[in-house]
Parts: sequence; C-alpha cells; structure tokens
Amino acid sequence: MSVKQLSVFAENKHGSLYEITKILSEAGIDIRAFSVADTHSYGVLRLIVSDTRHAAFALSSAGKIVDVTDVVGVQITDEKGGLAELLNVLTAEDINIEYLYAFVSTTVGEAYVVIRVSNNPRTEQVLRDHGFSLLTDEDIKK
Amino acid sequence: MANYYQKEIETASPEQIRAWQNERLLKTIQHVWDNNAYYRQKMIDRGVLVGDIKSVDDLWKLPFLTKDDLREAYPYGLMSAPLSDCVRIQSTSGTTGKRVVAFYTQEDIDLWEDCCARAIMAVGGTKEDVVQVCYGYGLFTGGPGLNGGSHKVGCLTLPMSSGNTERQLQFMVDLEATILCCTPSYAAYLAESIHEKGLRDQIKLKAGIFGAEAWTEEMRRDIEEKLGIKAYDIYGLTELSGPGVSFECEEQTGMHVNEDHFIVETIDPDTGAVLPEGSRGELVFTSITKTAFPLIRYRTKDIGVLKREKCSCGRTFVKMSKPMGRSDDMLIVRGVNVFPSQIEQVLLTKGLTSNYQILVDRVGTTDSIEVKVEMTPELFSDTINHISRKEAEISDALKSMLGITAKVSIVEPKSIIRSEGKAVRVIDKRKLYG
Repeated sequence: MSVKQLSVFAENKHGSLYEITKILSEAGIDIRAFSVADTHSYGVLRLIVSDTRHAAFALSSAGKIVDVTDVVGVQITDEKGGLAELLNVLTAEDINIEYLYAFVSTTVGEAYVVIRVSNNPRTEQVLRDHGFSLLTDEDIKK
Repeated sequence: MANYYQKEIETASPEQIRAWQNERLLKTIQHVWDNNAYYRQKMIDRGVLVGDIKSVDDLWKLPFLTKDDLREAYPYGLMSAPLSDCVRIQSTSGTTGKRVVAFYTQEDIDLWEDCCARAIMAVGGTKEDVVQVCYGYGLFTGGPGLNGGSHKVGCLTLPMSSGNTERQLQFMVDLEATILCCTPSYAAYLAESIHEKGLRDQIKLKAGIFGAEAWTEEMRRDIEEKLGIKAYDIYGLTELSGPGVSFECEEQTGMHVNEDHFIVETIDPDTGAVLPEGSRGELVFTSITKTAFPLIRYRTKDIGVLKREKCSCGRTFVKMSKPMGRSDDMLIVRGVNVFPSQIEQVLLTKGLTSNYQILVDRVGTTDSIEVKVEMTPELFSDTINHISRKEAEISDALKSMLGITAKVSIVEPKSIIRSEGKAVRVIDKRKLYG
C-alpha cells in the first residue's frame, strides 16, 4: 500500500542539486514532490517521482548513491487545519514521525503528505481507521 | 608447488648465505673506500678504516647513510663508479622532498631485474604468463624493474605504464593478462572499474604484485575478493635499486629479503643501536652487489620486523613484515603519532572504500584532523539519523585506533581523486605556516 520514495546523497557543494535534477530530467522522470534534509556537510534529497526504479537506475548509473524506501502517502484536505488533523491522529496513536513533507494535488482542495515512520503497516491501518485515503504507487504514476 | 627463478640461491643454507654476505660485503666496502670520497670521509670521521671490517659481524661499526646524505651528495657524490661505466639513472618519486638520483651499470640493472624475476616467479609466474605492468615507466623504478623481471622470466610483457584506465582494461581483457603489477591504490581503482563495467568474468588475472606505497591486510583482502586473485606485496627503494629488494611468496606472511644482494638490519631509530631479529625497528639495508651506487647501512625510515623461520615455500631468505609505517608518512597531530595506514585499516573494516583523504590543519594552536571518505550504498539512508550514527561509529573507531578525535566527512562517490601513481593521502596544511 505504501509509496516508494527515492533518496539521493548530495554533498554540500555548488550545483549538486542541479546535477541530480538534470539526470532525472534527461531520463524523462517527473518529480512529484521532494524535500531536502541538510547537515553542515551534506544533504539527503528525498523524492517522489513518476518512475522510481527508472530514476534510481539513471542516478546510480551516473555514480550517485541512492536508496529506495517505503513511506506512507496520505491525502488531506487542502484547507486550514488539514495537517493538524492528521498529526492529531498520529500523536494520539503514539506514532513517531521521522520526517514528513507535503505537496498539493492537481485536484483542487486536496493535498498529500509523505510520512516516514518506523512501522508502515500499523500507521496505514490507523489512518484508514480514521477515514484517511492512502496514496499508492499507481496514484503517483498518473 | 613452489616456483623459483634461482632455486639454488633462494633456498641456500643459512651458512652459504652468510658466506656470500661476508665475501660481498668486504668487496663492497673496499670498492666504496677506493672510489667514493663522501663515504670514505664518513668512515674516517667515525674512526673506522677499511681493514676494520672483516665480516658481517663488523657491520655495526660502519656509519649510516640517510636520505639527507643522498640530498647533500646530489647528484654524483655517492657514485662509486666512473660515469662512463653507468648506463642509466632512476629517480625517486619525490613524495617526501627533493628527488634522489641513483645510477646503474649494466650489471647493476641485470642483478636488479633478477630480483624482480624472483618476485614474479614467487607468485607462480612462468613464461606462459602475460604480465601487465602499470607502474610508471621512466624515472620511477616500478615500471622498468618489473618490466625487466618479466622479460627475464620470459613472460609476455605489457609495458602499459600508469594511467589511461580504459586502455588498461581493454588490454587486460583482450590480451588476457594473468599477472598485474601496479600500486595497491591503482589496483583497488582498477578493481572498482572492472566491477562497475561488469568485466569480472572477462579477466584472466590470477595474481597481482603491488608495491611502492603502504597498504593494509584489509586492502589486500578487498582487492583479492574484487578481482578473484592473490595479491602479493613487493618492497624496494630507488636508492637501493628499486622494487625487488624483498618480495612475498605464496605464504603471504612477509617479504623475503634478497639476502645475496642486500644485508638487512633493524635498528632503534632513536639510538641507532642494532636490534635482534624479531624486534620492531627501522629497516636498514646494505647493498653488497652493486657497483655504481652501492649504499652502506642505508636508513629507510620504514618500521618493520625481521623473522627468520622456515618458510613453507622453501626459501631461506629472512622475511620482513610489511612496513608498519614510514616515519616520513607519520603525522604528529596534537602530539600523537598518526600513520595513514591505521586510518585506512579502520575505514576498510567499516566497509568504506580505500579512497580517502586526510586533512590536517591548525587553527590557533590546536591541530585538527579530518578524514574525507566517500559515501557508499551501505552507509547511505534516507534518514540523517542513520547516517550520523554510522559517522559516529567511524569516528569512535578512529578515536580508539588513534587516540585522538578525527572529524569524519562524507563526500560524493568518486570525488576523491584516484591515483594512477602514488596516492596523495595526506594534505597537511600546517606546513604552509611553517
């Protein structure tokens, strides 16, 4: 049920993000969402893309270090309190979030949140029980 | 089955070896005394005359030679034969300062190539083998030495020299090279390239002879595994001839010193006192068959141990351990001695590549040491926590090995420049201020 996320290692130096996006662009990959986590010396670029396997192949062929992880993608309403409602559920259920990031949908009024947790099946069950719709890889490909 | 180039010499009795050494040492001392004013003066200053040296037992009486002597006497001061008898020079790579030039007569080259031929046959080489030499040719002794040794064995020799990795791989595959000779860091790089290009099934290598820089047992295992070969060490210095002063046999437990050409001692680097075999000390060599550029008690600054015990290969020559570090390579950071080889050992046991760089700097009065390593798939994760934890593990392991804290920086794969000759592992920025 979960969504595949691609992460890429990027050293903190001029042009490294551009290089990654250029490789993806040349491979015909569409980036749906991304976030960057950075430290003093390097960053980790996390991406939700149209074709994760193809993107991972293109990047590693170009010498990049990549990883593919399962994350939970959930739909929320794109209005005041949408995110708070989701976090309220996760907090109440004692689910710790490693990181999250959001992106808006092409459908007006909808947004998506990508959540990295340690236990995907349980998180998904909890969200479904609270009436949230979950994203699948099929949704991403569209 | 042990394979020898000169079986009767390589397996001679200790008494026979000692007899050769006595005879050749006396001849060499007389030759140097007669032909070399620089060393003769050193002997006189020390109060030793040529007649005082009657056997190897008197070796300790003789003054040492150091790299400083070679620099001071540059270029002709340590020659012991007329220039007209010399046919070639070789020169050091200059990694530790001013270059040193060594001279050779045709006979000197011949004997040096014999030493290299012994090294090739000790790893199983025969005339059926194809030897790919990717040590530098030219002034560096690596290429010419192994090239000459390979000819003596009768192997098909590929005189590739260093660099142009694409062409190295093409020849390795197309001409079915079976023995690879290069620096260990270049071997590691070739192994990586072969792995990436998926050429592992197309190579026919069975052994490698890797020397001219420090490497660890971990690096050996890494190269052996990636290339599916046996990796052997070889030792030598340009000053003494070049590679082949000592070489490893199939046992891989130290390098047999060619004792019919060199007498090796271990000394206390501080006092100069000779240590018994089996003690760790600075390796000192005396050449006993060279004519143009014989060196008496040359201090290598390499720290090692000599072991004289029965070897399963049948060779009777004493074995020296892999040098534990060159006093030239040693860094003193915050008062602590740090050898790059110790850092390399930690990185390899943590699953990192052997491509790394050490940066030493001084801010105010405090030294800092930073180790740059390349990101690997095993180290990488989507969470910073995970990477930081791995970084801390490496940092802790370095701390327990070195006794001081080193900063670990992870950089992009392939961003540390690959070496095709001797690797530049250390950048010491403190020297800029000194």
